[in-house]
Amino acid sequence: MTRSPILIGFYTMVRKDFRRIVRIWSQTLLPPAITMALYFAIFGTFIGSQVDAIHGFPYIQFIVPGLIMMSVITSSYMNTVSTFYFAKWIRTIDEILVSPMPSWVVIAGFVSGGLIRAFLVGLIVIGVSLFFTHLTLFSVGVIFAAAFLTALLFSLLGLINAIFAKSFDAINIVPTFVLTPLTYLGGVFYSIDQLPPLFQTVSLFNPILYMVNAFRYGFLGISDVPLSLAFEVMGGLTLLAFIVTIILFKRGAGLKQ
Amino acid sequence: MEKTDAALKVENLRKVYAKDGKKAGTEALKGVSLTIRSGEFFALLGPNGAGKSTIIGILSGLVTKTEGLAEVNGLSIDTYPEKAKSFIGLVPQEFNFDIFEKVINIVLNQAGYYGIPRAEALPRAEKVLKDLGLWEKKDSTAQALSGGMKRRLMIARALVHEPAILLLDEPTAGVDVELRRGMWDFLRELNESGTTIVLTTHYLEEAEMLASRVAIINKGQIIEEGSVKELLTKLNFVTLLLDTTEPVKDATMHLLRELKLERIDETTLKLTLKPGETVNDAIRKIAATGIQIANVRNSGSRLEEVFVNLIEKDT
Ligand SMILES: Nc1ncnc2c1ncn2[C@@H]1O[C@H](COP(=O)(O)OP(=O)(O)O)[C@@H](O)[C@H]1O
Ligand SMILES: [Mg+2]
Repeated sequence: MTRSPILIGFYTMVRKDFRRIVRIWSQTLLPPAITMALYFAIFGTFIGSQVDAIHGFPYIQFIVPGLIMMSVITSSYMNTVSTFYFAKWIRTIDEILVSPMPSWVVIAGFVSGGLIRAFLVGLIVIGVSLFFTHLTLFSVGVIFAAAFLTALLFSLLGLINAIFAKSFDAINIVPTFVLTPLTYLGGVFYSIDQLPPLFQTVSLFNPILYMVNAFRYGFLGISDVPLSLAFEVMGGLTLLAFIVTIILFKRGAGLKQ
Repeated sequence: MEKTDAALKVENLRKVYAKDGKKAGTEALKGVSLTIRSGEFFALLGPNGAGKSTIIGILSGLVTKTEGLAEVNGLSIDTYPEKAKSFIGLVPQEFNFDIFEKVINIVLNQAGYYGIPRAEALPRAEKVLKDLGLWEKKDSTAQALSGGMKRRLMIARALVHEPAILLLDEPTAGVDVELRRGMWDFLRELNESGTTIVLTTHYLEEAEMLASRVAIINKGQIIEEGSVKELLTKLNFVTLLLDTTEPVKDATMHLLRELKLERIDETTLKLTLKPGETVNDAIRKIAATGIQIANVRNSGSRLEEVFVNLIEKDT
């Protein structure tokens, strides 16, 4: 055997999703570019110019990493939740379920789609940000590791959401009512040092805070939380999400009758 | 492991669908046992809701069984799900491909899911699409295909990994008569070249035309199983159509109520012989009422009689 059938199956899934992401770029890649350009212009440039520096960095430089992370989170989540729910809805998922691909490969295939979209969007948003500010790179390794773990986690969470979803409404509830508020409150726009003590403590229960801060550390070398703790939180949650996804798949939850 | 040449085997298969909201769970299969030999052309015949798709779904890994045993080429689908799946090609009842995808990609992707390298998948896709008359359409999106073409696309997709066993769930539903015959010829050839075929249908002629063995299923239970010939002789049904020279009156029908006689239209009667009754007897009784019989014809599908009768008996 020249190449493992499992690898071929995985590669087939990834290529299919990659081509879809590129084919419908105006729905997958363009919106975050526009949204983030607006954020950079309004919060960064117009308002930001009147805001004090945070930890010695101009406001726009402070918020750019958080906003990139915000688009990474949204695009990875939206990619898996929508491709998987759509596949379930029109039953193309059966093409995969009847095949001999093991569950973990199927999960890896869907998750890779989320990673690819998050990666492309991340690059695009970084590109857009360069029109508004310059970026400093403190640690490329930390940037990649934080972005990768976050995209992986939210790809898995999108998958779990889609497994349980019974309608298109159900795939919008979590992004609207959970993801967006947690991201806004996750230290994208401020350092938690600026908050009253109670809210500082509450913020520490928001996992997105750790992702945003680790990612920002990669650019600016500053963080509200210890870097090791941030990676422990990201790693732990990702592992948990992976285990839950595997269990759900094995049981055929939401997939098989 | 017991050595067996059974391509598919299910024993005491039960399926209770989960409750959906307020609707109580349906017991779709109530202990079904079937053995389908390697190389066989097997038809699973039954009315809507009998449980045909449920059996196909369990065998192909889309439906979880509640109880019982299911084996593909001697391998339990619980212990060796992946290996078992690799033997099977499925043509589902409902269209389930991505309608925005090109025909060729639908087939190539399926090959990929089965682990077939691209270089090998391309000639295979070409072959199956040509065999099913879809090669000219390879670059169209699936939504541009007609209903019959979509069916054939599902067959092409199911065959690209050259499965030993092909499961077809009502493959000719919505396919016009001419295309249906073409599809029958295709399936027959495929079976002759060694592929085990299981086809579900509520279309009796189809089972009679194609299958070497038939199981009749109703309400989640197999009520009869055997070769088409066996089924017919076992139940020994003869149905004749009688053309009369003049319209048959209600009163006359009443006189003949001891016969299993139906008026199809004013001058056509359908006579079904009861066990032990001879054609001679029946005709003599009819003639005695003054009816002139101009012509006697054999009524179409005999299996249909068996089928309807069995299902009536069962209810
Ligand atoms: N997903 C499902 N949920 C609940 N009940 C179902 C489901 N699928 C089928 N059924 C029920 O199970 C029975 C058998 O269905 P099915 O196997 O589709 O029959 P057939 O294919 O012979 O028409 C029917 O009563 C049907 O309503
Ligand atoms: Mg059915």
